[in-house]
Amino acid sequence: MEFEFTKEQDELREEVREVIEKHIKLGNHKVMSDSFFIERKEEDMAGAEALSKEMAEHGWCGMTWPKENGGREMSYLDRLVVQEECQLYSFMPTWFAGDRQMGPSIMKFGTKEQKEYFLPKLVKGELTFGIGMSEPEAGSDLAALKTTAIEKEDHFLLNGQKVWTSGAATADYLYLVARTDPDPSVPGARACSEFLLDLKLPGIDIRRVESMNGSKEWCEVFFTDVKVPKSALVGTKNKGFYQIMEQLDYERAGIERIMFNYALLVDLTEYVKETKRNDKPLSKDPLIRQEIAKLWTEFEVGRLLIYRVAWVLTQGKVPNVEAAMAKAYATAFCTRLANTATRIMGLPSLLRAESSWAPIKGQVCASYLCSPGYTLAGGSEEVLKNVLARRGLGLPRE
Amino acid sequence: MDFNLSEEQEMLRTMAQEYLAANCPRPSNMLKELRNDERGYPPALWKGMAELGWMGLVFPEKYGGADGNFLDLTVLLEEMGRACLPGPFFSTVVLGGLTILEAASEEQKQEILPKVSNGNLILTLALTEPSYSYEPSGITVKAVPQGDNYIINGTKFFVPNAHIADYIICVARTDEGITLFLVDGKSTGIETEILQTIDWSKQCTVTFNNVKVPKSNIIGEVGKGWEVIEKVLQKAKIGICADGVGLTQRAVEMAIDYAKERVQFGVHLGSLEVIQHYCSDMAIALEACRWATYKTAWMLAEGKSCAQWVAMAKAYVSSAIQEILFTALHVHGSIGMTVDHDMPLYFKRSKAVELTFGDASENLELVAQEIGL
Repeated sequence: MEFEFTKEQDELREEVREVIEKHIKLGNHKVMSDSFFIERKEEDMAGAEALSKEMAEHGWCGMTWPKENGGREMSYLDRLVVQEECQLYSFMPTWFAGDRQMGPSIMKFGTKEQKEYFLPKLVKGELTFGIGMSEPEAGSDLAALKTTAIEKEDHFLLNGQKVWTSGAATADYLYLVARTDPDPSVPGARACSEFLLDLKLPGIDIRRVESMNGSKEWCEVFFTDVKVPKSALVGTKNKGFYQIMEQLDYERAGIERIMFNYALLVDLTEYVKETKRNDKPLSKDPLIRQEIAKLWTEFEVGRLLIYRVAWVLTQGKVPNVEAAMAKAYATAFCTRLANTATRIMGLPSLLRAESSWAPIKGQVCASYLCSPGYTLAGGSEEVLKNVLARRGLGLPRE
Repeated sequence: MDFNLSEEQEMLRTMAQEYLAANCPRPSNMLKELRNDERGYPPALWKGMAELGWMGLVFPEKYGGADGNFLDLTVLLEEMGRACLPGPFFSTVVLGGLTILEAASEEQKQEILPKVSNGNLILTLALTEPSYSYEPSGITVKAVPQGDNYIINGTKFFVPNAHIADYIICVARTDEGITLFLVDGKSTGIETEILQTIDWSKQCTVTFNNVKVPKSNIIGEVGKGWEVIEKVLQKAKIGICADGVGLTQRAVEMAIDYAKERVQFGVHLGSLEVIQHYCSDMAIALEACRWATYKTAWMLAEGKSCAQWVAMAKAYVSSAIQEILFTALHVHGSIGMTVDHDMPLYFKRSKAVELTFGDASENLELVAQEIGL
């Protein structure tokens, strides 16, 4: 056993921090609380893009990929080190989904042409993706999706609707799952395919959905007779579901899952030391001491579970059960942190970030409004527990 | 980063599992037989463990040990927890042996540790008092010098296996501070009484009535005993966490097996989503307990400073395993509460593990101090 990073990984961490510090100063960074949910304003986007590009130039996008695909064949723990540094600054590189998910999918299932076109761009951090899975009637039950892509002579004809598609309004491509077998008697698990959909194609209408924290990152994406070139199909027709299941294991348990609101934990800890109530610092209140100590304990233990997922990947294994456990634990923790923070802070936690009265940059309110999403995105807590119970613990279906 | 045990550690685990499955297959039955047994464990079992080298696992070769480290011991303790093994292993090796190894003179080590290693000596540590404090301020048992001896007076509480211990290490207050004394268990003036505990583990009160201990039996320096105890307590906390992880692992397995077999409403209990989620919750929390314990055990084995991790691990494990055991019993329904079932014993043990060496609250306070609150 060994529970520390290598010297090389520590050096990598330093290097990443130096690059990030050129763009963002720790402690003075814009707080995202959840980089998936907080709206990326145009003025922030320019900065985020510049930093993302610089990080990609350092080879930190696609760093685990094979060299033949432009990667550096570094380990998943190296990648974790880079992402953990980003999370310390509440920063999510624009190429995050491409590095984590789209690149590996294309490498595994894509055609030669797809690899040649997409991978070099992905590695440079030049392409951004939305993930087109959920639909109004297909959330946790993804197999119930109704969007159809019917194969015609030289294209697939796409009709239907996606929803909760984060970042679609600014993305270049949508990683789309649609039914390619229109026969309703065929179960969704055997009727779907995956596509790399160019969002500039005619017939695509993207509307932003405002979430309760004011963010408009979520989108609805409508497809009306979109002619999707056949070259956009990823992998085998009607096998998309099997392909997705594996991708989700990669999606599920990155370090971001437990660090969505890490900045809040750090700042809240300082806040209780500095803030007096009834003439004594909050940190001297026995109940508050217990709560903060418990949050740090749960955070550190959860981070260990996430490290384990990355380590399993370094062993060349798919971390199915480990990822389900780690994500269920981590996102429940982030939700608890947000809620506990409101109770420790009391009334000021009702103040939005715009208020000049809001302590610690209004993170408590912002994080609380993001927090129901932590346990929803990328497989709800309940879905993960089903996966764990059936696949991990071998509990029966009937 | 490497979450794998070494090959030798895996072999140790397999060996321990096999030996305990053969020799302690139904701990509740064994305990029932042992209820009126003064010792509280079968001597043949103890002898077998000694022959396998378990008592000496963590001691250097020159003391008859196997030169293992604390991580090796953690693997063994987890398996003992899993089997709910009764007996004085923890008090002898962890509380007694590690204290001696940490602070005793070479002569004392030569005298004691080889006998521990070959299973011929039982040790214990008399630390807690009726105040139940794990702070130095809780030590009121007094030792006063008199010629070549010290005279000890006072009462210790929850001293495991004191009634059969060959030596009791007494944590006592002297003018200089806290001092550790190696007290012969048969000394005149020692009275022990076995407490009626939740899991029938042999915990004792030990009353010292003018017990005379030679000055040569002081362990470490006079007045510096608490520094030793702090180090031993770190290992004791993680050791008992390992015990907790093992017993919880077994309890979760029992619950899952039961959920797979039991039919209600015409379906297997384990097919009901509510039961599946109970099982998943248990598995997740257990996983968290396991890695918190092993990471900290590794830090201790490597000699790294880890006060915060020790407190975090004990805090997390304390509250998690009690909740897991409650759920595991609940999944069984009433059968899980009957004395012929093993579940009640695991349930009781989990409460003892939770509260021994400080519960979640006490350890969270230590975490709070470590993070500068």
